[in-house]
Order: sequence, then C-alpha cells, then structure tokens
Amino acid sequence: MKKILVDFNKAFESRVRLGIMSILMVNDEADFNTLKDLLNLSDGNLASHIKALEELKYVTVNKQFIGRKPNTNYSASKEGKKAFNAHLKSLENLIKSQTH
Amino acid sequence: MKQDKTSPLETLTEIRQLMERSSRFISLSGLSGVFAGLYALAGAYAAYRYLGLEGLGYYSGQRVVSSFRGADTLGFLMADAAIVLVLAIGTGIFLTTRKAKQDGNSIFDATAKKLIINLAIPLIAGGIFCIALNFHGAFIFVAPAMLIFYGLALVHASKYTRNDIRTLGFAEVLLGLIASFVVGYGLLFWVLGFGVLHIVYGTYMYFKYEK
Repeated sequence: MKKILVDFNKAFESRVRLGIMSILMVNDEADFNTLKDLLNLSDGNLASHIKALEELKYVTVNKQFIGRKPNTNYSASKEGKKAFNAHLKSLENLIKSQTH
Repeated sequence: MKQDKTSPLETLTEIRQLMERSSRFISLSGLSGVFAGLYALAGAYAAYRYLGLEGLGYYSGQRVVSSFRGADTLGFLMADAAIVLVLAIGTGIFLTTRKAKQDGNSIFDATAKKLIINLAIPLIAGGIFCIALNFHGAFIFVAPAMLIFYGLALVHASKYTRNDIRTLGFAEVLLGLIASFVVGYGLLFWVLGFGVLHIVYGTYMYFKYEK
C-alpha cells in the first residue's frame, strides 16, 4: 500500500486544485471567470487555490488587457502536467490494487 | 496518509467530466439538425420547381458546365439558400439556448466560441470558393463543393462538441466527393447531404442525448 501512494501528490488532495488542473490539461489556457463557472466557486476561493498552484509552479499566469479590461489567463506548466499525470497514474494504481 | 472522502474511481470520473465539459460544447440540440434538414428539403423543393420551369439540368444528369440563365435564376437560388440558412441557424440558436438553459450551462461560453470559430473557418473559405465557382459559371461544382467544405468543417469542429458530429462530417465529405464525379445531379446530392443526413443524424442525436 505504501509503495502505491508514493506518487500521491499532496497538492492534489484538494478537489478544487485537481479540478483546475483537469481543465488546464485539455485547454491551452482558461481565464478566471471560465474556471469560476466550471468549478462553481467564489472569487476568493478560486484565487487562493490558484495561488497555491502558482507557488508550486504548476500553473503559469498570463495577464493581459482586452481593451481596458484586465484579463488573466492561466495555463498548466510542464511541471504541472507531469505532476498531474503522475497523480492520475497513482489513482489508477490504487484502483487496480483494490480490484485485484 | 490522509484519505480523500471520495473514492479514486469517483475522482477519476469527476476529472473526466470536467475535462469534457471544459473543452466541448455539448448543449447542441439534435432537434436543430432535424429542423435544418426540413428547411433544406423545403428550399430544395422550391429550387426544383423553379429550375424545372427554367428547364435547367441540375438533377437530370445533364453535363452542362456553363448553363447560366441570367441573373434571375442565380438571384432566386441565392435568395432561396439564404432563407434556408437563416432559418436553420435561427432555429438552431433558439433550440440550443433552450437546451443549455435546461442543462444549466451558459450558452456563449469559451467552448461555444471555439466551436463557432472552428466551424466558421472552413465554411467561410468554402462559401467564397462557391462564389468563385458561380463567377466562372462552373455551377455543377457548387453542390459538391458545399458538401465537401461543410463536411470538413464538421470534422474539424467535432473536437469542440459531441464526437458524433465527426461521422456526420465524413458522410458529407464522401457524398460531396461522389457528387463531384457524378455531375449533373447536384440538387439530388444536396437534398441527401443537407436534408436527409441532417434529419437522420439529428434524430439519432436527439434520442441518444435528450431522451
């Protein structure tokens, strides 16, 4: 059991963080409001989780202006994608170990 | 090690759903396909009646490469096609908005934008190409070109909506390619591609996802 959980990433224990990464895995980038709508979160809640992923360097932030309105886009970094895939693998292993 | 409340299997399912919901526009209503097909049939019937009166061979197997019968015919056909297009898109938007509301999704989100842009690129290119064909009097290739470009647009856009659209796209391309060899039956292939295929596919999608 212990060996299986080696790749179990603490950062992804939160379902919100896992959700953010899931979206960024299949979309080149997503803006704040899109993430908010998809995950059904409040501004503050989403911001704090993104901050955590940003500090881990799993997510890169791209701030720009559309006209006068600021628009912030997020995308998954190489490291973030690697960590997410490793986490998925460990989830799969966990399922396999339960069924066998 | 702290264990999450949800099982790993549930977590994986949730991840999968989120990936799909964030990258594909799934509120497209199957009924809008059925209506598009019905409008196409009505439009084709109007064209058939009109061309019948004019004695123009667009369904009789006549290999008339240049059969320009004056601005009247072209004007009628373009107005006919425009009415079909506007009705089909209008009904599609109406039904899709209704379905999105029922599903609790927003109608014009990032996925809808991606779908529209990716659908529009091959369609606009195809539309301009068809104008060029008309301009040069190569009318017999207009129906095949419409089918081919429309099919490619669907194949291209299927990444951003239900995957089933891909098969419909292949069917339209195949029909268009056949039509480009068997010239002189443009209206017939047009009816098959834009009328019959839409109705069959729309019904299939409706019963698969909305019933």
